[in-house]
Amino acid sequence: MNAFWVATIGTSVIAFSLKYTGHNVPEKIFSHSKVQAINALIPIALLSALVAVQTFTEKSKLMVDHRLAGVGVALIALFLKAPFPVVVISAAVSSAAIYNWF
Amino acid sequence: MSRIESTTFRDSLSVSFTVGAYGTAFGAAAVANGFSVLQACLLSLLTFSGASQFAVIGVLGAGGSALSAIATASLLGVRNGLYGVIMAPRLKVKGFKRIIAAQVTIDESTAVALGQEVRGEKAMRQGFWLTGFGVFFFWNLFTVAGALGAQAMGDIRAWGLDSAVPAAFLGLVWPRLVTNRDRTLAVGCVVFALAMTPIVPAGLPIIATAFIAIAVGLRS
Repeated sequence: MNAFWVATIGTSVIAFSLKYTGHNVPEKIFSHSKVQAINALIPIALLSALVAVQTFTEKSKLMVDHRLAGVGVALIALFLKAPFPVVVISAAVSSAAIYNWF
Repeated sequence: MSRIESTTFRDSLSVSFTVGAYGTAFGAAAVANGFSVLQACLLSLLTFSGASQFAVIGVLGAGGSALSAIATASLLGVRNGLYGVIMAPRLKVKGFKRIIAAQVTIDESTAVALGQEVRGEKAMRQGFWLTGFGVFFFWNLFTVAGALGAQAMGDIRAWGLDSAVPAAFLGLVWPRLVTNRDRTLAVGCVVFALAMTPIVPAGLPIIATAFIAIAVGLRS
């Protein structure tokens, strides 16, 4: 079994276990304000790190290339309150344009 | 259908279709990052949580190990568990129905359910189930379309798909940046992840930022 299968199955098993566990624990555990704060902050941290790594790295090297144009356009689209599909498509189109013509 | 039910129905269906359509981006990005069409579809069927799915393909695509891909996706999946804690007392289901409820416990089904709170518990349950099943249906349908489409494309960079993934992450984190603390954390994690990239194995810089989030949360 290669890494892709391990990741696919491992992620799926844990994802369901987390959801199911949640349905089986008493609600008062969640009422702690620090638990709620951490729950809101973890996705922010991980997603921000993923944006950075996917935009500026190749394996373990830092680099600036056509992807920066794509993500830059996505950022502008988000500032202009564009819906999610517009954000993703405008990023892809501008990145492809830079990659194909330069 | 009563007036209450039609409002809930409309909320659920519009969320289901628009969110489900992002499945195209996931399917395409999964194939672009080296996953097969079957693996892309299994992730949407079984993991069924957008941010976690994008994280798995993102970490492996960036050269990270299966373990760091699973760890990152699972840390993102913790919030679904907490949604389960909130939804369980309102759904009041047991056995097989609870298993199904757990699988469709995601950002959108919980958000629509909580949005119906003023209309009563029955509307909340309807919103949860309609949105859960609706997103599940469209998300999986569009994943297949995106995966097959990307397979036919060839060089994914020529189509901009390598930028679609970070753009999707940016779109996912954007609505979460409400307070100055959120924005400071986001910028800090960007700088931290990039600074660590040349030093530690791929994938670890991403997971490590979860500990920054925990530290910030404990200090609040």
